[in-house]
Amino acid sequence: MSDSDIVQDFLVESYENLDRLDRELVGLEKNPQDRDALGSVFRTIHTIKGTCGFLGFNKLEKVAHVGENLLTRLRDGQLTLNQELTTALLSMVDAVRQMLGSIEASGAEGERDDTKLIATLTRLQQLPEAPAKSRSTPVPDAAIEAAAAPSSIGDILMQQAGVTSAEIQRAAQTQKEGDPRRLGEILVEQGAVRPADIVDALRVQSSRAHAAASDSTVRVDVGLLDRVMNLVGELVLARNQILQLANRTKDTSFSAVSQRLNLITTELQAGVMKTRMQPIGNVWGQFPRTVRDVALGCGKEVGIEMEGQETELDKTIIEAIKDPLTHLVRNSVDHGIELPEDRVSVGKSRSGRLILRAFHEGGQVNIEISDDGAGLNVERIRKKAVERGLITAEQSARMPEREIFNLIFLPGFSTAEKVTNVSGRGVGMDVVKTNVEKIGGTVDVQSFLGRGTTVRVKIPLTLAIIPALVVTCGGDRYAIPQVSLLELVRLKADRVSKGIELVHGAPVYRLRGRLLPLVYLSRELKLAARRSDTKSDGAINIVVVQADERRFGLVVDQINDTEEIVVKPLRKQLKTVKTFAGSSIMGDGKVALILDVLGLAQRASVVTETRDRSLTEKVTDSSTTVEKQTFLLFAGPGDSRMAIPLSTLARLEEFPVAQVEMSGSQWVTQYRGQILPLIRLSVVLEERRNKLRALQAPPTLDSRPIQVLVLQHEGRSFGLVVERILDIVEDRADVRSPATRAAVLYSVVIGDRVTELLNIPAILRSVDVSAVRPGPVPRATEVAN
Amino acid sequence: MANTSQFCTFYLDKLLFGVELKGVQEVIRLLEMTKVPLAPGVVSGLINLRGQIVTAVDLRRRLELEPAPPDIQPMNVVVRSEDGAVSLLVDEIGDVVEVDESSFEPPPETLRGSVRSMIVGVHKLNDRLMLVLDIEKACHMTEADETLAVR
Repeated sequence: MSDSDIVQDFLVESYENLDRLDRELVGLEKNPQDRDALGSVFRTIHTIKGTCGFLGFNKLEKVAHVGENLLTRLRDGQLTLNQELTTALLSMVDAVRQMLGSIEASGAEGERDDTKLIATLTRLQQLPEAPAKSRSTPVPDAAIEAAAAPSSIGDILMQQAGVTSAEIQRAAQTQKEGDPRRLGEILVEQGAVRPADIVDALRVQSSRAHAAASDSTVRVDVGLLDRVMNLVGELVLARNQILQLANRTKDTSFSAVSQRLNLITTELQAGVMKTRMQPIGNVWGQFPRTVRDVALGCGKEVGIEMEGQETELDKTIIEAIKDPLTHLVRNSVDHGIELPEDRVSVGKSRSGRLILRAFHEGGQVNIEISDDGAGLNVERIRKKAVERGLITAEQSARMPEREIFNLIFLPGFSTAEKVTNVSGRGVGMDVVKTNVEKIGGTVDVQSFLGRGTTVRVKIPLTLAIIPALVVTCGGDRYAIPQVSLLELVRLKADRVSKGIELVHGAPVYRLRGRLLPLVYLSRELKLAARRSDTKSDGAINIVVVQADERRFGLVVDQINDTEEIVVKPLRKQLKTVKTFAGSSIMGDGKVALILDVLGLAQRASVVTETRDRSLTEKVTDSSTTVEKQTFLLFAGPGDSRMAIPLSTLARLEEFPVAQVEMSGSQWVTQYRGQILPLIRLSVVLEERRNKLRALQAPPTLDSRPIQVLVLQHEGRSFGLVVERILDIVEDRADVRSPATRAAVLYSVVIGDRVTELLNIPAILRSVDVSAVRPGPVPRATEVAN
Repeated sequence: MANTSQFCTFYLDKLLFGVELKGVQEVIRLLEMTKVPLAPGVVSGLINLRGQIVTAVDLRRRLELEPAPPDIQPMNVVVRSEDGAVSLLVDEIGDVVEVDESSFEPPPETLRGSVRSMIVGVHKLNDRLMLVLDIEKACHMTEADETLAVR
């Protein structure tokens, strides 16, 4: 290993440690008695100091040294961490980070002058009036390292230093009785070992722990991962082509091999995607420090709370959202949360709350940054926007509140200092919006005057491989990303003329009582009408999509299938074409374009047309606080009216009874290359007495096709057999009463009628039990008879 | 000897063009092409080049020449541009020629319009002239070019 390699390793390791230091110090400030955290902070600085001494970085060593001295005082309980000390230690961390940056760039520590910092750190450790040694036996600093791996230090000492187990037990007993010192310190005091032995033992212990950690992980170059990711993308394409070939041949062994290839590719793809995933906590980790610094700078008290730190995102996306998120957090503290006195005067707690939430929803990641501050003042934003000439006074009067809030994302709005002060929001919000949109995300702001503001950022999980619906229009195929897809509607020829109405020339369709603007893809793309259109049965396919929270129907010639597609960006020559988000290679090797639903909506001016309507909806939604949900309505046994949330539904299917097979007493069917367990609602809801008999009944052959809801729960698919599928409705479902039977969550009023909302997990549990216990079933049947 | 360079030549509307050989990735016959609706007219479409999606540029339109007669089966000259591979559609592929620096001359002053920026100069071959094409300029369109192309 060359010198530069050692330096490089030192830099990488130190950066990671420093990021952790920030977090730990801020945590310690709140909870100064946390000895483990103190020990960890101390160790980090100690390691940095040691390594720089070895590598000859003297300035760095000097700074780390005074920091370490101060930390020793803290660790020994001679000082207690307070705000001043934390600030000093954090500025030491910053100094170390800067020097590391300079070492990385130029190989030297740079021309920093740290005398002031060193003086501050030295002064702070002098504070207590009696800095006399309080401990009788000097124990090496390294003894503190025992905190990291406390399990086996005794064992190592017994092996190497000849300590008897009785001595160790005695020391452990002393510790148990309330001696706050480490095992090693006690042993030294008891005269069982020499301090040097402890140092040796600790070294052995830490090297063992280190070896274990480095065995299970490796560092991989990101460039290599990207190449592997690209290759997997190619593999997915090749797999798709093979699968198409396999469908055409009758060779069963070829089909079997291609099925295996399919499975392996899917798993490989998932695995590789996973290597690129990082928890969002990696970005959030620095926020406590940011919040602390900003809050201190403007004299505020802010507590930060985080939910969903483990939510994972693609590495490239994590990098792209880091700056926008930091900006939003700073803004919330700087402008959103009020000064402590102001908060108290309006009856809030002195300390403001900043809440970060991240969660997955519909293939996207939502990140919310909420504060309980003053909120946005609609009138002031309105006034300023008019003054700045961003909108006219007439426009502003017509604009709904939500749209006014979103004015803060306009470039001209944010740069003016004065606007920032009065409006409460800030500098560079337009940059935030641009950066988030660059990766296919959206930003939205909601605010209640006096109660706080929430900024919601929605971003895609990954950019590389996405599920999409493939449609045909004008003889060419186009892919519509699943994210913007809501549902598919097919209008039979005889219903087309009645179903599609015109509003002054603009075609609309009544979708469950609401007007859905229609956009003909072939017209928008100026595709030449094809002869093949007349050949079809005259039916119309509508793909209901959503762009920027406005929905519209896209009329296409044909709907093909959903497929995992590999997204390839469009080259410079086509960047001006806003209707396409990228391109992909289909199973047959031809190139298909990926539609940019938002761009298409803008081109077709859907976004502006429907804006007002969806906004009024939004307003009513938030006023009642209960969000509308979409339900699938169906008839259960005995024509009872039942529902499940549409979000749990994967697909609706109809199987002929002949396709139903028995696996034990379980009905199953072959579905998309898998065995799909079929759960009959009639059995689940049956009284216990008759349940087993019903369960074992084989499907009767003469009956009509069964209606199956394909559901997904915790990664497993299963089919729920119901009597009849009724409708899909959107309802608030806030009139509820408790359930009268198991498997039902509660009864609700949906569409003015009482409906039972099914409890999917409960149903699954009840089925799992009967499937797992094949033995007792026949016996129980006898009893039942 | 030291000042020679190699050019890949091709024909467009009976004119002989050349691009520097080191900028050419490969030459292939016409592949199946996906049209891009609403795209600038010079973009013929997208082709799948062994898993890479490559934009095909109609070089006749780019150079403001007459549209190709229908009996011509264009060839793809795939060149490496700053923005990745781009396919230039040409009528017919010619030889690889080695030319000496001394045979080069800048384009005549009478060559005007957007074409001038794409044609670096001319090499005087024994029997005819070879127009030297700038790969970057030919592949990359400016805003002005695009409006021209759309018209």
